[in-house]
Amino acid sequence: MASVGTSLIRLAGLRKTYNEGLPNAEEVLHGVDLEMQPGEFTALIGPSGSGKSTLLNALGLLETATGGSYRLGGQDVTKFSDNERTLARHDQLGFIFQFHHLLPAFSALENVMLPALMRPQGITEKIMRERAGGLLDAVGLQDAHHKKPQELSGGMQQRVAIARALVLAPQLVLADEPTGNLDTQTSDSIFALLRQFNRERGTALLIVTHDQRLAAQCDRIIELVDGRIASDHPNAVAGAGA
Amino acid sequence: MTALGFEWTVALRFLREGRMQTALIIGGAGIGVAVIFFITAVLTGVQSDLIRRVTGAQPHIIIKPPEETVAPLVTGDSDQPRLAAIQARPQRLTTIDGWPALARSAEATPGVLAVAPVASGAALGIKGDASRAIVLVGTELDRYLRVVRLDDKIKSGVLHLEPGDVLVGIELAKDLGAVLGDRFRIQSAQGGSDVFRIRALLDLGSKDLNRRYVYIDLRAAQSLLGIPGKITNLDVSVRELMSADIVAGRLRVQSGQLIESWIQNNNFIFTAISNQNIMTLLIKVFITIVVALGIASVLVVSVVQKRKEIGILRAVGATRRQMQSVFLLQGLVVGVCGALLGSGLGFLLIIIFSRVLRNAEGQALFSLDFDYSLVGIVVASAAVLGLLSAVLPARNAARLDPAQAIRG
Repeated sequence: MASVGTSLIRLAGLRKTYNEGLPNAEEVLHGVDLEMQPGEFTALIGPSGSGKSTLLNALGLLETATGGSYRLGGQDVTKFSDNERTLARHDQLGFIFQFHHLLPAFSALENVMLPALMRPQGITEKIMRERAGGLLDAVGLQDAHHKKPQELSGGMQQRVAIARALVLAPQLVLADEPTGNLDTQTSDSIFALLRQFNRERGTALLIVTHDQRLAAQCDRIIELVDGRIASDHPNAVAGAGA
Repeated sequence: MTALGFEWTVALRFLREGRMQTALIIGGAGIGVAVIFFITAVLTGVQSDLIRRVTGAQPHIIIKPPEETVAPLVTGDSDQPRLAAIQARPQRLTTIDGWPALARSAEATPGVLAVAPVASGAALGIKGDASRAIVLVGTELDRYLRVVRLDDKIKSGVLHLEPGDVLVGIELAKDLGAVLGDRFRIQSAQGGSDVFRIRALLDLGSKDLNRRYVYIDLRAAQSLLGIPGKITNLDVSVRELMSADIVAGRLRVQSGQLIESWIQNNNFIFTAISNQNIMTLLIKVFITIVVALGIASVLVVSVVQKRKEIGILRAVGATRRQMQSVFLLQGLVVGVCGALLGSGLGFLLIIIFSRVLRNAEGQALFSLDFDYSLVGIVVASAAVLGLLSAVLPARNAARLDPAQAIRG
């Protein structure tokens, strides 16, 4: 495994076909090659229907590819069983969705604690609580630990989701339009928060976005068109600036 | 959030979140359990009242010598002249040969609780001008008490049988104008006669029995009936009242004697009770099915409602098995809560109706001190039922594709 080098992600000829074998089969990804290094802060852009979400789900082990190979953290995860994929998601990945997706029956603090509670791995509840609380403080929700999601604004809910994605200190956080339904000002603050965690903790982020303005602030921009990578270049402006 | 662990925490939180649904289904399960509880208690009460009334002072099984029959003199060919009619022989007082061995083998028969030797026959009870036809039962009291519970039928006096002592029914005492401690004469059909002192008055469950049954010591009865050292029948009690016929069958094969069970002698009651039991079993089975379907359907709906949440949990690392457990546990909790609620409700029904429903003598039809282990059994079976009901919804939850669930 070590021979694969330090790449965080290595996709080779990844294909994804929906309804495979059926008359309405549709190939969404036509062989994607992609490499990502630890700590990268990358934007994934492209028109609607270009396969961005499918690629993100494949990278997030939420969907299995129909062809090609995928190495995550040096490990070939292409043929992982459902259980192995679940454990890899839990241990190595964090997710932030467009519609924040918190559990309404749990408080903000509990939502952040949930991933840790699934597999405590020797961590006591007290430590989980402290860690989750610390993250909520870090995203600026000092006063909202015990509020339910429906008592929080959209931006605040997305901050809770960020804290949840980070609670187990993953190597990579996958964000699907994390600012998609937020106003510009809130978007900027959420984006700044992601940038901050990337800098402070070295967490790699792959952010799907429609927002050219935000994409321009990333270190690298990958453009997906019709299920193929149309362009992939470093963004010197962002790297030097900010 | 407590130290319950992930599955329990989420299961309980989901149930709490769907407050109305949860309350309704627990209520539904509770009513089902209450009805099962109630009909079980009522039926047990009614049936045991009926059986007590019918069996009263009778043993469950009686072993008698075979009846004496007249063998036709001429048999076979139709050419031969035949006897037009065979007159049945009058039945004399017959005895069982070698009864101690027979009693031992009967005692060893599976299902038999106890066996007691009895010398029984017709007699007259005479006091002054009054004389009454009676059934004389001579026995060894210690053994007999294990066959027929005379001890809970005592109205006054003590259970004690020396030669010269007698236990009589309350009606007979009244008819003879005798009270506890009085003496009266017993004269058997065989001509034996002696004076006995009343040691106890019994209520055997019906006027007829109270008017006729008289218990004396085995030896005294043997000498009155003119059968010293012999007995006329062995009285047997069984462990399981409703299986008396089966035990009787075993005894019949073994002994070659005439075996009569209480079921045979009261067939209509046995049939009625059996039918009643089948009907109530059916009702219970259907209630159980309805409760199970209710729990299952609420959980199926809950899985659909919580699609998105299940998807998120799966995405952030909950395994299929964990999601399955979350829903199985919800079934378990609903089942157990329903059973507890139902037991309480059932209890309430029993208390209320025990004041309303009375038997012919004005006593409560069923007793409140029924088997409390029933609650334990009901709760345990409801837990299993809840789990089983949740299997299908839990599988649906486990199979949910997280990517699809999150998408919409």
